[in-house]
Amino acid sequence: MELGARMGAFAGWDMPIRYGDGQIAEHLAVRSTAGAFDVSHMGQIETSGAQAAELLAHLCTNDVAAIPIGGAQYGLLLNEDGGVLDDVINYRLEADRFLTVTNAANHAADFDWFRAHRDGFDAEVTDRAGDYAMIAVQGPLAREIVQAVASAPLPERMTVGTRTINGAEALVAATGYTGEDGVEILLAPDDAPAVWNVLVRRGAKPAGLAARDTLRTEACYHLYGNDLSADRGPIEAGLGWACRRGGGYIGAEAVEAARADPPPQKLVPFVVLDRGAARPGDQVIGGGVVTSGTFSPSLEQGIGLAYLPLETAVPGTEFEIDVRGKTRRARVEKRPLLKV
Amino acid sequence: MASQASYPEELLYHREHDWARIEGDTATFGITWHAQDSLGEVVFFEPPAVGTTVTQDQPYTEVESVKAVSDVIAPLSGEVVEVNEALGKAPEAINDDPYGAGWMVKVRISDPDQAQALLERDAYVALIS
Repeated sequence: MELGARMGAFAGWDMPIRYGDGQIAEHLAVRSTAGAFDVSHMGQIETSGAQAAELLAHLCTNDVAAIPIGGAQYGLLLNEDGGVLDDVINYRLEADRFLTVTNAANHAADFDWFRAHRDGFDAEVTDRAGDYAMIAVQGPLAREIVQAVASAPLPERMTVGTRTINGAEALVAATGYTGEDGVEILLAPDDAPAVWNVLVRRGAKPAGLAARDTLRTEACYHLYGNDLSADRGPIEAGLGWACRRGGGYIGAEAVEAARADPPPQKLVPFVVLDRGAARPGDQVIGGGVVTSGTFSPSLEQGIGLAYLPLETAVPGTEFEIDVRGKTRRARVEKRPLLKV
Repeated sequence: MASQASYPEELLYHREHDWARIEGDTATFGITWHAQDSLGEVVFFEPPAVGTTVTQDQPYTEVESVKAVSDVIAPLSGEVVEVNEALGKAPEAINDDPYGAGWMVKVRISDPDQAQALLERDAYVALIS
């Protein structure tokens, strides 16, 4: 709050929505230099033991067994019907120890889900959400800024390792949610303010959740609760690539059935061709719905993600959205909407 | 964005976060510092056409920020006689100078007594704090 932050409630957390200069300035800083996000609301679950990999592979759609030690991988938790319970990142810290980063609103349910399915596996699951604060530093200068206060070279993209950051022990993961290069730093909550301050002093602009949302939308990253829900499966969400072949995870049968006989809609990125932005919940004329929609500070037009009928879910196809009673033209694009 | 909250004494305020500056039989409308701060950076503003009739407590246009669209409520009834065309190209004036360059429309007011339903500065500040 010393930074002129505008706070808001989210999943029981008081979150920085934006800081003093506004969300457009924050967004553009991440695209041109670097921004720092306090994402301590994200949850963490540790899975350990001789069969940790087997348990996670049972719970997650992606190929957990193939993650090398020090590797990171995106994946989904599904229910038996193939509906998405959460999207997560799995870090393999050791051969038999993983850390799963969850979405704040789903974390408690995810942890219950892990525990409920642990029987029969020689593995422990531990709620680590209270043990970690999390700072994401993102942008073309992010690595340089963090490297200057790091004990050793930072991990390569999609890998993770233990480093000392400004004297504090931290788990540093070369992952993010903006489309930019950068790292996410997981560290003890008591150590976080000093690390935050040194990163900001070195040029990372404090950025809030509002900028994080416009950045991830330009990068076409899904937001759980908007683009993903228990009512939709990975295939229609365009996440078939994160579902391993051969099954063996909860919901696999539904995923394979959807691969063989695609659902009637598919999630695609779009740009608004008229003035104004479409918003989540806006209906697509002729069928379909906008699930993410915002003004893009980089493209200076409305952008978003929408579930469209398969026949129109093709890049280049124009369609219309009912935006608060006005018809707005839009066009399906390839992902990502912004190439960085 | 204008970083300091301000609510000029000489204006009247509508509880939906709009202001009116009454000068004779015309009034200038805009949104308050609180409204623009809640919206965040305004990216689109399309004023109503000159000649449009606006009705007290009813929306007369929309203002769109990065994160949301919001109705703009008329503090008084009347006919639009002038619109701030500059906001079409530079809607950020609504954030930077909500009571000056960020004005939205001028209206010939049809019922001056309606002003009695509006709030004085202190009452509006109490409402939002």
